[in-house]
Amino acid sequence: MIYTQSPLAIGLFCFFVLFVLGLSFYLAKRTSSAEGYYAAGGQIHWATNGIAFAGDYLSAASFLGICGMIATAGYDGWMYSIGYLAGWIVALFLVAEPMKRLGKYTFTDALDSKFNSKSIQLMAAISTLLVSVFYLIPQMVGAGVLVQPLLGLPHWVGVCIVGVVVTLIVATAGMASTTYVQFFKGALLLIMSTVVVISVLFRGLSTTPENNGQPYHDFKTLHADSSLTLVEEGYTMVAGLDSEFGEAGFVKLAKDGQESIWHLIKTETGYTLEEALYVTKLADGTKLFNGAPAEDGKFFPVGHIRELRVNGEEVTATGAVGPFAYLSALKDSTIVLWGKKYIKQGDNTLTIYYQKPTPGSRVLRPGLKFKVDNATGLQKFNFMSLMLALFCGTAALPHILIRYYTVPSQAAARKSTIVAIAAIGFFYILTLFLGMGAMTNGVINLTDNNMSAPLLALSFGVILFAVISSLAFATVLGTVSGLIVAASGAIAHDLMDNFMGMQMTDRGKVRAGKISAVVIGCIAIYLGIVFEGMNVSFLVGWAFAVAASANLPAILMLLFWSKTTARGVAASIFVGLVSSLGLILVSPDMWVRYGKLPADAPVQFNSPALISIPLSFLALVIISMMTQKDVIKGHANSEA
Amino acid sequence: MGHGPAVKLGKDNAAAYKTRLGVKMFAVYTIVYATFVILNTTNPKMMESIVLGQTAAVIWGFGLIALALIMAFIYNRLCTKAEQQMNS
Repeated sequence: MIYTQSPLAIGLFCFFVLFVLGLSFYLAKRTSSAEGYYAAGGQIHWATNGIAFAGDYLSAASFLGICGMIATAGYDGWMYSIGYLAGWIVALFLVAEPMKRLGKYTFTDALDSKFNSKSIQLMAAISTLLVSVFYLIPQMVGAGVLVQPLLGLPHWVGVCIVGVVVTLIVATAGMASTTYVQFFKGALLLIMSTVVVISVLFRGLSTTPENNGQPYHDFKTLHADSSLTLVEEGYTMVAGLDSEFGEAGFVKLAKDGQESIWHLIKTETGYTLEEALYVTKLADGTKLFNGAPAEDGKFFPVGHIRELRVNGEEVTATGAVGPFAYLSALKDSTIVLWGKKYIKQGDNTLTIYYQKPTPGSRVLRPGLKFKVDNATGLQKFNFMSLMLALFCGTAALPHILIRYYTVPSQAAARKSTIVAIAAIGFFYILTLFLGMGAMTNGVINLTDNNMSAPLLALSFGVILFAVISSLAFATVLGTVSGLIVAASGAIAHDLMDNFMGMQMTDRGKVRAGKISAVVIGCIAIYLGIVFEGMNVSFLVGWAFAVAASANLPAILMLLFWSKTTARGVAASIFVGLVSSLGLILVSPDMWVRYGKLPADAPVQFNSPALISIPLSFLALVIISMMTQKDVIKGHANSEA
Repeated sequence: MGHGPAVKLGKDNAAAYKTRLGVKMFAVYTIVYATFVILNTTNPKMMESIVLGQTAAVIWGFGLIALALIMAFIYNRLCTKAEQQMNS
C-alpha cells in the first residue's frame, strides 16, 4: 500500500522527539550519581511510576501487534492481551515488594542479594542482555515499519532515528529521562486510544464502511455454470480449473486487459466467483500488487461485514452504539475475514488473499489463529505453553523489574504496580475495540497488519492518524529506552562493577553506564536493519518465554524456598536460557526461517515455556539439594 | 560492590503477612486463569455460547481483566492496613 505523508504527522513527530530530548538534557543535570542514572534517585512518585510502567510495557507489540492480530484473527489476538495482563498479577502478588526490598539497580542485585556469587552475577547479566536484545529487535523493526507511512522515509532511516534518539535519551539522563518519557507516552497512548475507540463506537457498524470520506471497495461476485462458463460478459479465462490456480481453488480472469484472481466457491448449480487480492513476487524480488506496481495504488485496504444483524434483524448500519451493543452486533453478524494461499507460477510466487465470511460469534471466541478445535495433543500443548509464557514472562522482564528501584518504598512499588494493572488492563480492553474496529472499517493492509490501529485512526481523518502514528513511534522510543537502561545496567553494573570487580568512582559508574548505552544503541540499530520485514510480535512472545524460563524460577525460589543456594540459582538461569533458546531454535517457525519445511523440524511446537520453565525449577531444586553445605541461613523473603 | 536498595528502607514488620497474603491471592487468580486456558483448549466451542448477550469468551476476557484489578485493590487495602497496624 502507498501512504500519503501528512505535514501534521511529521510536525507532531518532530515536536515529540524534540520534547523528549529537551527533557532528557534538562534531567541530565540531576543524574550525576549512579543512583540517579540507574534508579532515577529512587524518588519517583508511585502514580508516575505506574503510568511509566504502562508506557514501558505497552510496546510496539502491544499497540501495533495485538491490534493487528485482532483485526485479522479476532479473539485469538485478544488472548495475548489477557495473558499479558494476567502476568501483572504475578508481579504484584509475588515479586513487586521483595524486588524493591532486595535490589539496588538491576534485577541481578535482587537475585544476588544474599549470596554475592560470581556465577549468579554472570548468568543473570547474560540473561538480562539476551532477553533485552530479543525484545529490542521487534521494537526497532516496528520503528522502521512506522517511519514509512509517517515520514515517507525508508526502513533503515526509521531504525536509525529511533536508535540515535533513544541512545541520547538514555545516555544523557538514564532512568530519570526514561521514566518521564514513558510516563508521557503511556498517558497519551491511553487518552488517544480512548478517543479512537469512542470514535469507533460513535460511527457504529456498517456493511459499507466509510474510510475518511472515501467509499469502500465494491467487491464483485461472478457466477458460472458447472463447466465454469461465466454468466457475466466481458471476462476471459486466463487460468482455469486445470491450472495451478484451479488446483488451489482459484481462477485467473482478464477484462479490458486487466488480470484478476477470483476465489471459486462450489454451488448446487455451478460456481460463485469472489474477487480476491494478490501480490506477485517476481524472480528478481520485485513485487506487484494486484498485478501493478505499488505506486499505482491498486492494492486497497479491506475489512467489512457481509451481513449485519441487530436484535435478529438484518440492517445496513447500526448508527452510534455502546461498547456492549457493539460487540453484541458483531457476534450476531457475518464478518469477512481473509484467508491466504501461495501459488508458485514458474519463477514467480503469488500470495492470494481471499474472502472468508465467518460468523461473528466464531470470531469472538478462540480458534482462528490458535489450533484448539479438533486439535492434536501437540497443538494444545503449544497453545497452553504460550499462555503460560505470557502469564510468567511479565514478572521476569529485566526492563520491567528495574522500574521497582525508581520508587522510594515497598508500598510505593506495590501501588505503582496497581496503577500499572489499571492502566494496562484498560488499554487491553481498548485493543479489542481497536482491533475489531479495524476488522470492520475497511482499513486493513493485508500485507502488513501491524498498521491496523494507525490506519483505523486515519479512517477518521488525518489529524487522528497523525497523533496516533506519532504516539506509536513514541511507543517504540519509550520501550527501547527502558530496554537500553536494563541492558546497560547489566553490562556496567552487573558485569564490570560486580562480576569483574572493576574499581570505579560513582561518576565512573555513570560513565560506564552511558558508554554501554551507546554501544547497545548501535547494536540495536544494526539488528533493527538486519531483521527488516519480521513480524513485530514474533520475537516478543519468545522474549517472554526466555525471560519466564531463565529468570522467574530463580526469583520465586529465592523468595519462597529457604534451601535455595547460589549454584542452584545460577544453574536455574543457565538451564532456563539454554532449554528455551534451544527449543526455539529447533521449532517449526525457525525451520521456515532456515528455508526448510516446518513439518521437518525436530520439535513440533513453537512455544517452549511448558518444558523450559519446569526444567529451570527442577535444575534449581536438584543443584540446591546437592549444594546444601553452601546454604545461607534465612531466605531472602524473611529479611524485612 | 553494593546490593541492597538504592534508597534506605525502614523495617517492615508486615512483610511476612503481605507475602502470605500475596501467595494466597496469586493462587486464587492462577486457578481462574488456568481454568480459562484449559476450557479454551479442551472445549473451545463452549466459549462461543452466549452469556449476558456476549460470547462466553468475551465475558471470560473482561472477567479476568476486572478480577485482576479488583484483587489488586483488595490486596493493597489489606496490605496498607497491615502496614499501619504493624509498623506504627
